[in-house]
Amino acid sequence: MKFGVVVFPGSNCDYDTFHALQNVMGLETVFLWHKDHDLQGVDCVVLPGGFSYGDYLRSGAIARFSPIMTEVKKFAAAGGLVLGICNGFQILLEAGLLPGAMLRNKNLKFLCQHVYIRVENSRTAFSQAARKGQVLQIPIAHFDGNYYASPELLSELERNGQVVFRYCDEKGKLSEEANVNGSINSIAGLINRQGNVLGMMPHPERASEKILGSQDGKIIFQSMINYLEKKVGPGRKKAVRTTRPAISPLPPLIGTF
Amino acid sequence: MKVRILVSLKESVLDPQGQTVRNALHTLGYQAVRDVRQGKVFEIELEGLDRSEAEKIVPEIADRVLANPIIEKFSWEILEA
Repeated sequence: MKFGVVVFPGSNCDYDTFHALQNVMGLETVFLWHKDHDLQGVDCVVLPGGFSYGDYLRSGAIARFSPIMTEVKKFAAAGGLVLGICNGFQILLEAGLLPGAMLRNKNLKFLCQHVYIRVENSRTAFSQAARKGQVLQIPIAHFDGNYYASPELLSELERNGQVVFRYCDEKGKLSEEANVNGSINSIAGLINRQGNVLGMMPHPERASEKILGSQDGKIIFQSMINYLEKKVGPGRKKAVRTTRPAISPLPPLIGTF
Repeated sequence: MKVRILVSLKESVLDPQGQTVRNALHTLGYQAVRDVRQGKVFEIELEGLDRSEAEKIVPEIADRVLANPIIEKFSWEILEA
């Protein structure tokens, strides 16, 4: 089992995501360069957070034209697992791999804080290690996370169970206050109809170690591992560490933007 | 040929930036301002195209790239032939 983290110019959670996958979850992980057409045989592609192409035009609007995205689209169409985190979610929307669009946060502020999200659908490849209704504490850091869908699309998404995570309070209750960015129906994470592409604004990689204040993000990665184990067989290099890690050095980034 | 394209949020989509600008104008005493919608302007120079070709390409560019049709609308005009 092999994971790939795409690196766009302006990605800034690529190393965090790589660290969480390789050193915390113990997975074989590689970087995928935005100019390449090679997915290096990965079983899962992660589009990390950041500000790809400086968020020029609209968040994620330019990244969708990157050479690697042609391959990601083919990979997704063939049923490959794709996770978009934050800017990665915005890219998936702009690329048409997920429906809807992002608007500026309702309070016009960049929000960088821990939030609670409720698992609405625990039968997906990205949430099967959680219980339905479970509350996860995972941080957000974004300016454009105010999810928008037309009324018709919204009812379709709700009917199909495509809303995987919703912003809530500590007890799992939905409220206008807990819905910090103003997303329609408090949507924090969304899956495609086929169930292999998920976008979420909260950062699971920033909530994967005790020292970071929450380990709830590991539930997302664990779900994907469970799903892929059934699909491609066991992929753990080693058991997930419990105490101090022997951190493998991260590979340097080679290439020109 | 010079073309100007205006992109703004659809009427059905809330524009919190526009609202904030409106509120600021009210604070300054411009009570006549009823609504503000904020958008983007693109000025594009085209070469080697005649008018009918430009009329075909410009909305295509706006629809595919400059605007996100889910939340935004656009209008355009030819500034210099």
